[in-house]
Amino acid sequence: MDRPTALKIVTACLKDGLEQAGAPIETIDEQTMIVGPEAVLDSIGVVSLIVDIEQKLQMDHDIAVTLASEKAMSQKNSPFRTVGVLASHVMTSIEEGQAS
Amino acid sequence: MNDSRVMIITGTRKGIGRHLAETYARRGYVVEGCSRGDAGWEAENYTHHNVDVADEKQVRTMVAAVAKRHGRVDVVLNNAAVASMNHVLLTPAKAANRMLEVNVTGTMLFCREAAKVMMRRKYGRIVNFTTIVAPIALAGEAIYAASKAAVVTFTRILAFELGQWGITCNSFGATPIMTDMIRGVPQDKIDAVVNNLAIKRLGTYEDCSNVTDFFISPSSDNITGQVIYLGGVT
Repeated sequence: MDRPTALKIVTACLKDGLEQAGAPIETIDEQTMIVGPEAVLDSIGVVSLIVDIEQKLQMDHDIAVTLASEKAMSQKNSPFRTVGVLASHVMTSIEEGQAS
Repeated sequence: MNDSRVMIITGTRKGIGRHLAETYARRGYVVEGCSRGDAGWEAENYTHHNVDVADEKQVRTMVAAVAKRHGRVDVVLNNAAVASMNHVLLTPAKAANRMLEVNVTGTMLFCREAAKVMMRRKYGRIVNFTTIVAPIALAGEAIYAASKAAVVTFTRILAFELGQWGITCNSFGATPIMTDMIRGVPQDKIDAVVNNLAIKRLGTYEDCSNVTDFFISPSSDNITGQVIYLGGVT
């Protein structure tokens, strides 16, 4: 999967999540914070977002991936912290999944 | 895709799991079952998967296949379990670990993967199978009972974690039923357990589907985090 596609998926899922939570924001870009003090989501919102992305990859792209892998959860810096970082994490997770 | 309710049942090759699979398939559910080997039986509305419930990749693949085929998962009955009845002083670590992997981790994996699918429709019913030997503290069943006690605690907390998505999570502990799992247990031990119950008889497969019927009913949307034991055990 290329980066623009991963970014598009993350952005679409975040947009859906924010709308469902009744808290849409005007602009979502690579710097939009997902985790941390400036985050646009609460902790449950992050859980929903990760699951939504996994499900979208599975249903629309036939890609089975676990974004909350042991490696991801033990990283010093969260791989979910911004839209851009999460998109990169999606790509890495897919590559690692295909390699295993 | 179809409009029938889709149910995943683990451990369907024989015993309680097979009864539940056949019962719900007959009632019109789309039932997707699994065991480590072939089912050895067939039924309309039933599809079998060869899956080790403790294998994360196999569980993920099965649930993804079910979601892909039907677009939904409505019910999960986590019935698969292994037991090794033995005095704790004679229990090998390997046997203990296998019980924990199948009974606890296996249950968790199916809950996790199915819940991801259930969340989309904001509806789900999860029933995790436990046992009365945990609350009655039956000697000779220490690890098995401990693993099933873990299932109850896991399920209670799961209910709180998944409630916001309309997913209920409950546990069910049957009294001894004459399945392969207890066929090797001496008769006097079984009699002793049964004689201490409020209802002094062995359990039946129908006892099990009676409880699962209640838990999985759409009307039971406010029944969650509960455990029901048969025979008067609390």
